[in-house]
Amino acid sequence: MELAQLAPHRLGARLAQGIDGPLLSLSLALAALGMATLFSASYEMPGRVTAQAANLAVALAAMWIVAQVPPQTLMRLAVPAYALGIALLIAVTLAGDVVNGARRWLHVGVTRFQPSEMMKLVLPMMLAWYFHKNEARLRMRDFVVAALLLAVPVLLIARQPDLGTAVLVAAAGIYVIFFAGIGWKVLVGLGALGLACLAPLWSMLHDYQRRRILTLIDPTQDPLGSGYHTIQSTIAVGSGGITGKGWLHGTQTHLEFIPERHTDFIFAVFSEEFGLLGNLALLTLYSLLIARGLMIAANAATFFARLLAASVTLMFFTYAFVNMGMVSGILPVVGVPLPFISYGGTAMLTLFVGIGILMSAHSQRRLVQT
Amino acid sequence: MRLAELKNHEKELYFFQLRIGVAGVAVLIAFGLLLARFIQLQVVQHDTYASKAEDNRISIVPIAPNRGLILDRDGVVLARNYSAYTLEIFPAKVRDVERTIQELGDVVEVQAKDRSRFRKLHAELRNVESLPIRTRLTDEEVARFAANRYRFPGVEIKARLFRQYPHGDLASHVIGYIGRINPKDQERLAELEIATNYRGTDFIGKAGLEASYQQELHGTTGMEQVEIDAAGRGIRTLARTPAQAGNNITLTLDIKLQKVAEVAFGERRGALVAIEPSTGGVLALVSKPGFDPNLFVDGIDPQSWAELNSSPDRPLNNRAIAGVYPPGSTFKPFMAMAALELGKRNFKSAINDPGYFEFGGRRFRDSKPGGHGYVDLYKSIVVSSDTFYYQLANDMGIDAIAGFMGKFGLGSKSGIDLEGEATGVLPSPEWKQKRFRKPEQQKWYAGETVSIGIGQGYNAYTPIQLALAMATLAANGEMYRPRLVSHIDNLRTGERRHIEPALHRRLGFNPEHVEFVKRAMAGVNKEGTGARAFAGAGYTSGGKTGTAQVIGMKQGEKYDEKKVAEHHRDHSLFVVFAPVESPKIALMVIVENGGFGARAAAPIARAVLDYYLLGKLPEAMMAPVTEPDEPGRESD
Repeated sequence: MELAQLAPHRLGARLAQGIDGPLLSLSLALAALGMATLFSASYEMPGRVTAQAANLAVALAAMWIVAQVPPQTLMRLAVPAYALGIALLIAVTLAGDVVNGARRWLHVGVTRFQPSEMMKLVLPMMLAWYFHKNEARLRMRDFVVAALLLAVPVLLIARQPDLGTAVLVAAAGIYVIFFAGIGWKVLVGLGALGLACLAPLWSMLHDYQRRRILTLIDPTQDPLGSGYHTIQSTIAVGSGGITGKGWLHGTQTHLEFIPERHTDFIFAVFSEEFGLLGNLALLTLYSLLIARGLMIAANAATFFARLLAASVTLMFFTYAFVNMGMVSGILPVVGVPLPFISYGGTAMLTLFVGIGILMSAHSQRRLVQT
Repeated sequence: MRLAELKNHEKELYFFQLRIGVAGVAVLIAFGLLLARFIQLQVVQHDTYASKAEDNRISIVPIAPNRGLILDRDGVVLARNYSAYTLEIFPAKVRDVERTIQELGDVVEVQAKDRSRFRKLHAELRNVESLPIRTRLTDEEVARFAANRYRFPGVEIKARLFRQYPHGDLASHVIGYIGRINPKDQERLAELEIATNYRGTDFIGKAGLEASYQQELHGTTGMEQVEIDAAGRGIRTLARTPAQAGNNITLTLDIKLQKVAEVAFGERRGALVAIEPSTGGVLALVSKPGFDPNLFVDGIDPQSWAELNSSPDRPLNNRAIAGVYPPGSTFKPFMAMAALELGKRNFKSAINDPGYFEFGGRRFRDSKPGGHGYVDLYKSIVVSSDTFYYQLANDMGIDAIAGFMGKFGLGSKSGIDLEGEATGVLPSPEWKQKRFRKPEQQKWYAGETVSIGIGQGYNAYTPIQLALAMATLAANGEMYRPRLVSHIDNLRTGERRHIEPALHRRLGFNPEHVEFVKRAMAGVNKEGTGARAFAGAGYTSGGKTGTAQVIGMKQGEKYDEKKVAEHHRDHSLFVVFAPVESPKIALMVIVENGGFGARAAAPIARAVLDYYLLGKLPEAMMAPVTEPDEPGRESD
């Protein structure tokens, strides 16, 4: 209503309010690259490109809305959102839909959605809220509480089983704890403890997860099964060379050697067709996006906003690093999409809401440098 | 104080920004690592990967395993494979599919049926490489196409294995059929995490044992590393892991017995289940009408599919496990067992049967006008007195009946190794509560209990449930889970896995009670409603006839078979076990709309028992069993 009454130029100004230009242009540049790659990857299903365009439109709208919300409001939402998220995760374990052997989806009315997805943003919000509340006197005890707040959703997600998402959610939480200022010694100690926990963790893994990790070490062990992804995507990346085979000319892609080439393995398509130069451009875009995000975090007004912004920024990094690492064969195959590029509405939404959070944090930066 | 806090803030901010810096450096290092990896792959090892990808790509071609055979208990083959040539179109490599099909018609015969099947597959399966336009090419056609091959890029001849069911529609519901893997199947395979093993497999069990033993029958996919050229054509094989054929499954079912039973049915609709009481092994499982499973093998053409689906006789429906019917008077022996076990009647309990039972101002008629006079428990089974069981049901109450019949497996799935079993209805107040919405419908009325006693009312069971109950009674209360498969053979290792009889439940009946009910059932076949059908049998048997009403009769209205439309006539049922002393077989027959149990169903049971126990092939193996025409209504 309010918008409709504004004159065109005023409308433009209102729409631009709270929107950070560099962030928007960087994420849109990435999304555009994604569209081009998707077009090549889904030559047999052209509908995917239009579907992805629709996803992008929805995600941009969500970003705009979140960007208008002041960080204080986000902070108020943290606890209820966290409680809701945990409740939904429990509901999933009790009554979720099983797709591909994992119980991840929950029916809500006509649509299904993954509660684990929202945890990627809600968990850092919750932890940032907690540290903000206790800002003046952070003690060891607070970090223990934070670790518990982190462990509950992560274990629930890992049990679904959805290792990829569990890792991402855990990472988002750990980033908050790190930025909240946990001692270096403690951090190193925990790292060592984590390594020591690998053995019992191994026994908790599902068979297919173990197989994925084992085939990472030696993909040729299972060339027809889980090693197939890695072998073929490595060939795609390697054969791309410095300049790539050219858009729409990736033979690995077009002879259908690459599985899941629209989603988790889209980077193989990109890398085959655009080569090392393309990869370099992609890494640069991500680096700039992350740099901008960290800058916003460093200058945010409140402890909450700083923690949240920094964690969300590093989440973009984690997505990108894990995905490119797995496609190029140096990380295990876990279900992590390439941010802003992979096909899929849910991931797109999460990412742009993340951008929206950064913009929100930016609009309330510290005005006075003391 | 203020200052300290401010200073604290400043310090905190400093530390935070320090960590931001650390994070930034870490990001750069990680991306640097990635960049190093990209350089390694795309610059240093580029040539290796380029040649892997470019010149001659190595493709991993799956080798589909041969599907296991299905054999009857004597090793007669019920499902096998044969190899034949198919002509397949690779839609992605053909510019104009319709024109190609048109032109192919000049070289090989392409019928309208083939075209419509191809179109259906093409519309349904978007992700497959190639689709057959013609199956089972003759040698001449193969040669002719080979000579014209240059004209048809994207069309190839492939040698494929086909499933064949040599017995046609015999035991079609047991064996089932295979069909093309559709997206839904793919989703299920992915869920089971076995999708990899189905690369290269086009077909999957869709019904019957082909579906329920899919994983046994399928085998393990092998693989071949093949060099392919830029067009994706294979040049030479580099390495090969052979496929491992699926396991053979051998049934407890006797196909000759099955044939005797099916021939005895003739053109009539219905079902028959014969079980070995001491093991639960299913000896015959009939559902009529059947269908020819061979129709499905290379993708059923739309016309045959429509015919099978729209037929009012529902030939695809497996009546033996998914059809639910009121048991009629075949329910009575189990009621008698209940009465004895629960102490509601003893061997001497008797009534005077006036031909009706009055309850709540309503008369429940006996099927014999005027009644049977003096009826004790034994006679109640032999002559099938309705009045006796109306009264008994009323005395026992619905909860006691439901509790006892539930133990016999009525109203719950038998657990047979086939998919698609129906549950049936074991009526009880709880069931009614759940089944209906309106409060007045949810209430259980005492009058409803009365007709439950003679197997009418809400009673509705599958033939397999009734056969299992009969087998359990024959085995003195030991219930074995019914099963069709006796053992599974792994051809490669020579290992044989027996499916051991699974004792599901021991009902712990008083042996005297079981003995009494069996004796009464023997009486049915000697001097009662089954006597005519079992006259001169060379063995002892205990049976019970049953007639199940399809439409309700108004009070006082007379049932006149000739006035009732064929599909509204009563169902004819018969349960039997033999020999009485040590039962080797227990079975249940239902002939839909067959009229009285003694007339249609009992002779079929007789034919089956004659063959199973005496090896006697009925004359009827050539002609359907003739029905004796009798005037008036007899009691079942």
